[in-house]
Amino acid sequence: MERGDKMRKKAIYLILLPGILLITLFLIVPLFSTILVTFKGEQGFTLARYFDFFSDSYNMSVYLRTLRLSVIATIFCILLGFPTSYYISKTNKNIKGLYIMFAVFPLLTSPVVRSFSWMVILGKKGIINNLLIYFKIVEKPLTLLFNEFSIVIGFIYLFLPLMIMSLIGVMDNIDDDLIEAAESLGASKFTAFMKVIFPLSMPGLIVGSILVFTGSLTAYTTPQLLGGNKSKVLATLLYQNAMSLSDWNTTAVIATIMIVTTIAISSIISKFAATLQGRGEA
Amino acid sequence: MKKQNKFLTIFSLLVYMFLLAPLVIITVTAFGSDSYLKFPPSGFSLKWIENIFKVEMFMKTFKISMEVAVLGTTLALIIGIPVAYVLSRYKFKGKKFLQGLFLSPVIVPGIVLGFSLLKFLIINNDLPVFTSLLLGHTVIILPYIIRVISSSLENFDFSIEESAVSLGASRLKTFFIIVLPNVTSGVIAAFILAFINSFNNVPISIFLTGPGISTLPIQMMSYVEYYFDPTVAALSVILMAMTAVLMFIVEKTLGLTYFAK
Repeated sequence: MERGDKMRKKAIYLILLPGILLITLFLIVPLFSTILVTFKGEQGFTLARYFDFFSDSYNMSVYLRTLRLSVIATIFCILLGFPTSYYISKTNKNIKGLYIMFAVFPLLTSPVVRSFSWMVILGKKGIINNLLIYFKIVEKPLTLLFNEFSIVIGFIYLFLPLMIMSLIGVMDNIDDDLIEAAESLGASKFTAFMKVIFPLSMPGLIVGSILVFTGSLTAYTTPQLLGGNKSKVLATLLYQNAMSLSDWNTTAVIATIMIVTTIAISSIISKFAATLQGRGEA
Repeated sequence: MKKQNKFLTIFSLLVYMFLLAPLVIITVTAFGSDSYLKFPPSGFSLKWIENIFKVEMFMKTFKISMEVAVLGTTLALIIGIPVAYVLSRYKFKGKKFLQGLFLSPVIVPGIVLGFSLLKFLIINNDLPVFTSLLLGHTVIILPYIIRVISSSLENFDFSIEESAVSLGASRLKTFFIIVLPNVTSGVIAAFILAFINSFNNVPISIFLTGPGISTLPIQMMSYVEYYFDPTVAALSVILMAMTAVLMFIVEKTLGLTYFAK
């Protein structure tokens, strides 16, 4: 029996080996080779490249813009997604399927198509400018494209379905009786919402927020198509440094900054949510 | 049935208008007769749909995108199905760590991985561009394969497998005759989701292009930088039709509620 067990253990690792090799050779090793060079100076470990990067006011402004736009996109996705998901989770089954279908479809559609659609909408001859001119609100078409505004719209559009799907997942499991119980015990609709629905939705809200935030922070297609040259974000700055300037060192620094920021913000969101949840239960 | 709050109903409908209107607008624009992006268009025309087939680079990159997506997904299935099976079936040392490792491609920003692959595979190790592109795609779609197959194995009763083995069938034979046929719908769904992910990918592909090698999304992005006509809108309509068909198959095999997890 023991021999058989040992053989099975060996077989298990053998079956996993191709997968382990694939991820190690084509993800872990390339990634670490990118990260490690940024800390290598003439005399061993150095942070000089990071000081250099952040002391450049242009780089700093790009970094802060990326954070700012990601925060705004996350807040709007919560504000739009939370009520919508709650509505969907409480609606009857047939309509719910339809709502889920229309949230999944954009998720599976190419980000190029989705960003491009906003180029059509926000352009000089787009529907918004045409309406504004038709109703004589403005005389000349407004510049709605290639600025921070269009990037944020693009981010919200890109990631709202993710927020909705993350929230529906947990809201589906909230028992209607709990809300009714709270209300029958004298809680107002608002109190019932704050004390019952909100804390119970927290896990979905955390996952959704992390997905939207890290997604916006690292998105390339949308800021490239909707941002133009004046509103660079980290991802488009990384691409420019790599392909137009062939500055491998700065590119690697930006790549590392993106990874570190992604991890840091994800854990901050989880921590923040944990304290918020703790207060809700007290 | 409890009565729904009116405000909430209207709010949700408006949010969904925001989600769907752009896709409707792009579709209408694709059939417009104007030579620039205009909404509403001045007239109806099919010339932009026809124009797609006249732009040689679209045809060429469509073929490359298809090849990469089909080959990458097949490779990821061959590697991923056994992994998903072992991870859901057995307990062993280092399982948690390996689960994390296999899902790690989802966490790493695509643009960072794309650059790292360009530098490590193409520049440092002289790997051909197409091979690098294919491997990069295989890596990023592996987690989708493992997740979907694992979730369909959740419903599989492993005692059936045990009885086959105790009746004398070999483990390998049992896997192919008993386990695999029971997760066919999971395999189909995994294939489609991985295919879509590969086909739509931008951040990996944009670094792994070279002379004569590029993918359709990358080609579309560079096209809209220089031309402001509705050809890309027309192409978008075709891609959305493709997505709709694939989504229908996912709904029939996996169910769309899979995404609400």
